[in-house]
Amino acid sequence: MRIRFEATSKEYVRRDGGTIQALDGIDLTVASGEFVAIIGPSGCGKSTLLLLAAGLLPASGGRIVFDGQRAGRPLTALVFQEFALFEWRTVLQNVRFGLEVRRVAAAERDRLAHEYVRLVGLDGFEARYPSELSGGMRQRVGIARALCVDPAVLLMDEPLSALDAQTRQLMQDEILGIWERTRKTVLYVTHNIQEAAYLADRIAVLSRRPGRVRAVLPVPFARPRREALFADAGFGRFTQDVWSMIRDEARTAMQEGA
Amino acid sequence: MAASGFGDVVGRGGSAGETITLEARAVPAPGARQYRGLRVGGIVALLAVWEALSRSHVVPAVFLPSPGAVARELAHLAATGDLWRSVGASLGRIGAGFGIGSAAGLIVGILAGISRRAEAVAEPLIAAVYPIPKIALLPLLILWLGIGEAPKIALIAIGAFFPVAIGTATAIRDVDPLLIRAARSFGAGRIQIATKVQLPASVPVVFASLRLAAGMSLLLVVSAEMIAATAGIGYLILYAGDLMQTSRLLAGIVVLSVLGLLSTAGLATLERRLFRGRARG
Repeated sequence: MRIRFEATSKEYVRRDGGTIQALDGIDLTVASGEFVAIIGPSGCGKSTLLLLAAGLLPASGGRIVFDGQRAGRPLTALVFQEFALFEWRTVLQNVRFGLEVRRVAAAERDRLAHEYVRLVGLDGFEARYPSELSGGMRQRVGIARALCVDPAVLLMDEPLSALDAQTRQLMQDEILGIWERTRKTVLYVTHNIQEAAYLADRIAVLSRRPGRVRAVLPVPFARPRREALFADAGFGRFTQDVWSMIRDEARTAMQEGA
Repeated sequence: MAASGFGDVVGRGGSAGETITLEARAVPAPGARQYRGLRVGGIVALLAVWEALSRSHVVPAVFLPSPGAVARELAHLAATGDLWRSVGASLGRIGAGFGIGSAAGLIVGILAGISRRAEAVAEPLIAAVYPIPKIALLPLLILWLGIGEAPKIALIAIGAFFPVAIGTATAIRDVDPLLIRAARSFGAGRIQIATKVQLPASVPVVFASLRLAAGMSLLLVVSAEMIAATAGIGYLILYAGDLMQTSRLLAGIVVLSVLGLLSTAGLATLERRLFRGRARG
């Protein structure tokens, strides 16, 4: 499934009647099976872009086009920064949530849920509750829950930002491994340049508010990628180049308190 | 340096610097109930003072019978069956009133929590009626429903209704919007969001409101029985007071305390059984 943003913009109406332009004329295509990361300074509308793609918010201008074989699958599924797990449901019940909503028969639903619990390496934890899990495990549940409905496009909104540095490092490899096995079309929002460079095929750099696409950079490192890449001099240069693109804007955004 | 609280472990070295050592020490296991002695001691002390007062005849026994006398009266009431008849009458009223009131409260609370329209209708009505002390409605209810069980049950139902309705509506409205967004992202519709997210997420607060309603029911059953009844704990207490049977009166109060404790503990156990995962949330 390919997803194409065509001159997509989003304005929020404030309480006082004024408007905030969050996104302005976004043009971006994510090819089928491609992993695209979106980075930009805080408050640049990265997450808004995902909410638009997920159909949770209407765009105020332009459009978003999905084309490809959908075959009865949901268009998108979201992975949230704050996990957004259902605390009263076990791991297995969380993972199968989307299938329940889609009224998949119980046997099939549980078979798939077990399959995706295994995929994210949580076998043995099916009957645990989210409050009994570490942050990294919780986000694995979030990822399994999204993948379980077999979405045409996987949308990930800073999925590792709430995790500590070491867990984040491990989870990057986990996400890479899962993606290599599933080859989903992924739109991945992050503010972490190394993470984007490690995971993505291409990086879309957004400007600060109103968010516009400043550049789309192909990531020049061959797959499969392994952790050693972080120590690679070329990797360091690449991430430095990306950082220099957004540094000034990030600083301005920080001073504005965005 | 002494102000730091480590005065006794601070080395006395001068300009060469100080060595501060924090020694290892055992701490109570987590979850262990602390001050068990004090917890029991408070109750024992109260009983001891009470017993001493009665024995010293500083306070005449007709005003304050000893704890032992109250216990004997309780045993006597149990043996004659008066206790069970009174408790049965009161519990029957509570059961019916609390059941009807909390069921209605749940329905109204759920509707008002889920639907903005229902909230717009219910909110001002509830705000207008809620502050009325419910016992003031009893004469009106007797006028409407006669002097049988019906007005007492109706009164308790009204009393139980409000905390449950308000608690449920508030709990549903306060569900983390992120969870609702997550459910919507999977294509859940309004009914699925209600049944799969809003209701289960509200369970702890709903149970807290049920506990409030149970307390309200106990309060109202006793009040109502003191105004218009010929059976029940409230009636037993009032009647004992009229006859200056102070032991019996105090025995009735002890029974009320036990009933209150049991209803709270019962609901808490029910909640734990039903929703194991939440407790650790």
